[in-house]
Order: sequence, then structure tokens, then C-alpha cells
Amino acid sequence: MEFKENQAIYLQIANRFFDNILQKKWDSGDKIPSIRDMAVEFEVNPNTTMRTFNYLQDKGVIYNKRGIGYFLADDGFEKTIALKKEQFLEEDLPVFLKNMQLLGLSLDDLKVYAARYNGASVN
Amino acid sequence: MIALKDIHFRYKKNKPLFENLNLTLEPCFIYGLLGKNGAGKSSLLKHISGLLYPDSGQCTVFGFDAPARKPAMLEDIYMIPEEFNLPAISLSNYVKTNGVFYSKFSFNQLQAYLAEFELDENAKLSTLSYGQKKKFLIAFGLATNARLLILDEPTNGLDIPSKSQFRKIMAASLDEEKIIIVSTHQVRDLENLIDNVVVLEKGHIVFNRNMGEISEKLAFEYNLAGVPAEEILYAEDMHGRKAGIVKNIAGHDARVDLELLFNGIVKNAAGINEHFANYKYEY
Repeated sequence: MEFKENQAIYLQIANRFFDNILQKKWDSGDKIPSIRDMAVEFEVNPNTTMRTFNYLQDKGVIYNKRGIGYFLADDGFEKTIALKKEQFLEEDLPVFLKNMQLLGLSLDDLKVYAARYNGASVN
Repeated sequence: MIALKDIHFRYKKNKPLFENLNLTLEPCFIYGLLGKNGAGKSSLLKHISGLLYPDSGQCTVFGFDAPARKPAMLEDIYMIPEEFNLPAISLSNYVKTNGVFYSKFSFNQLQAYLAEFELDENAKLSTLSYGQKKKFLIAFGLATNARLLILDEPTNGLDIPSKSQFRKIMAASLDEEKIIIVSTHQVRDLENLIDNVVVLEKGHIVFNRNMGEISEKLAFEYNLAGVPAEEILYAEDMHGRKAGIVKNIAGHDARVDLELLFNGIVKNAAGINEHFANYKYEY
């Protein structure tokens, strides 16, 4: 996996987990691969993937059954949506708004493009 | 655990290399040992493996005095040097004659690693390329199940797919008992495998910190335009821009760029260490 420049590796791996959850590759209650399996897949130190697992456990996305492994929480999907929304609003949107300002685009201007985008996705 | 205490060492009549060197290495970590040519990396590794004796001070490995070279200690150490000579015998013969020195040697593991690296055990070692020989030594070293693994420039000579296989094998082999020391200049190859960065400069350990702590306290920027000067700890020219190390004040864990970090430490170890020491007072 190619890692981005700025974000800590364990968070970038967490984002890959989120993708799997949002695309329903992993469903509520599913057992997810182990810390070691994930370290091998991403070619990183197992202590790094352990941080990813701890982070997701803190956020309530996954839970640990002692001696068995990690599982996706019943509300793992909803929690992931909430986290991604927060991430979008706090990190992506400010950059987006700043670009709009630089380019002199108003929210009303965007409505036209948004309408076109919706139309395109229906087709 | 490995403990070097108050190590003093000099080669013959040269000026001292190590003066009062102290270092502790704990299990379950991969240590990245970095340093310029001649900084003392290989000498340090030789002290740990009992190949060099300190003039004074103590070096213990899993409780054994390293210079005593007790078999019980040696079977728990495997070192892959950067340069090596292998006899003109087949891989399987080499394994037969050398595997016996390691009581935890696993033939099953060896077979799996050899298959992963696409090495034929009937081939003669002398007919292999440098990269293939290196892969054989890596496979053999991991199969010894020694608790201490010392790798000097392990990715030198490995082709691109082999580097990826190497990282996967390393990620799979670290456990609660193992201490892995990797000495390298190819930091990009191993960036995401290293837990602790140890930098040696002229025989002194000028930096020794965990990656988690580094990513919390430092940030690595590839365009320093607009960053206030007091936040910049180190700057260098990169493709016409200024890149560098800045204080991590955003509170987001940053991705650690080992090459920038190493350059920064070589130029300004004092400034960077001071930032670590003062960090807690900045809020």
C-alpha cells in the first residue's frame, strides 16, 4: 500500500478499515483479520497495527473477545459514518471552503454543479 | 533485554570510539540503528554479539555477559552482516551443518521462507547472486528463532518484490520475545517497520526515541513557505522548495519521514532533543 505524506500510518490503516466497513466487506459481528495479519498485509510493524486496533476499539468500531480476536461492533457501520462525517467536516471541508473563497465561488454557484453531479450519478 | 553500560572502546592506537556509551534494548521492538559511515554502527553491533570486547564497561545480552560468548547466548543471536562469505555447498548442506547450533531451529519455517523467496535448496550457495545469498541468510536467520536478530543493511541487493516479501516476513516474525536491530542507510525500505530510532554519531548515541513519540511531537513538511521560523527545527532544500522538521502543534500524529529526521538529527540533534524535553510545557 502506498502511504500518503502527512498522516500517521496507523490512521491511514484505520481509513482502510473504514473503507472495508463502508463497502460492507465487513459486516456487524464479523471477525476481522488479526493485528499480525494486518501488519503483514500492510508491511508495517505489528505495534503500528496494534495502535490502529486500539484506536478503533476506543471509538467503539471494533471490540475484542479475549483469546478469540477482534469483531466489528453491531453499530460499527453507523459509528464509521459518524467518524467519517466528523473527519470530513473538520479536515476536508475547511480546505474545500478555502479553495472556493480563492476561486470566488459562492455556495449558490455550487448548487448548479451539485445538481449536474446528481443528474450524472442517476444516469 | 540487552544492556550496554558505560562502554569505553578504542581500536588499537586510534582515538576512542565509544566513551561512556549506554544503551538498553527491550524485547518486542524493532530498533532502527542509523548513522553516517564510520559513526560506529558495526562496532556497536559487534559488541552486542560478542565479537568485540569493550575496554571497560559491561555488555549483557539476555543476562549473559556478551564477551564470554557462552553457547547459550550465541544460539539466541543471529547476525546477518553486510559482507559475508559462504562455502561452495548446497543450501540444504549448509542448513544441515549450521542449523544444529540453534536448538530452536525450525526446518518447517525455513522451507516456508525459502519458498517465499523462491530459493531452491539443492542449489549451490556459490552459484547464487548476492541478493539470493542475502535472502538465504535472512531465511536461515529467521528459522533459527534466535531472540536477538541483527541485520546489517538487510535490503541491500534485494530486488523490488523481495523487499516487499522481506517486510512481510519481518512483520510476521516479531513477537514478545524478540529484539530486532536493523542497521541501514536505506531508510525508505524499512521506514514503517521500525519502532525505535537510535542514531549514532561519532560513537555517541545522539537520539533514541520511539516512533509514536516522534510522530506526536514532530511533523514533517515538504513546503515550509509560511511556517513561522520559531516552529522550524530543521530545513533543507528539496526539489527547489524548503522541506523540513517542524514542531507538531496541530495535535495530529504525523507520518514520520525517517530520511528528513536523520538529516535533521545529524545537523541539529541538540535542537530536536530540546524540543522533546520541553514539549510538555508548550501548552
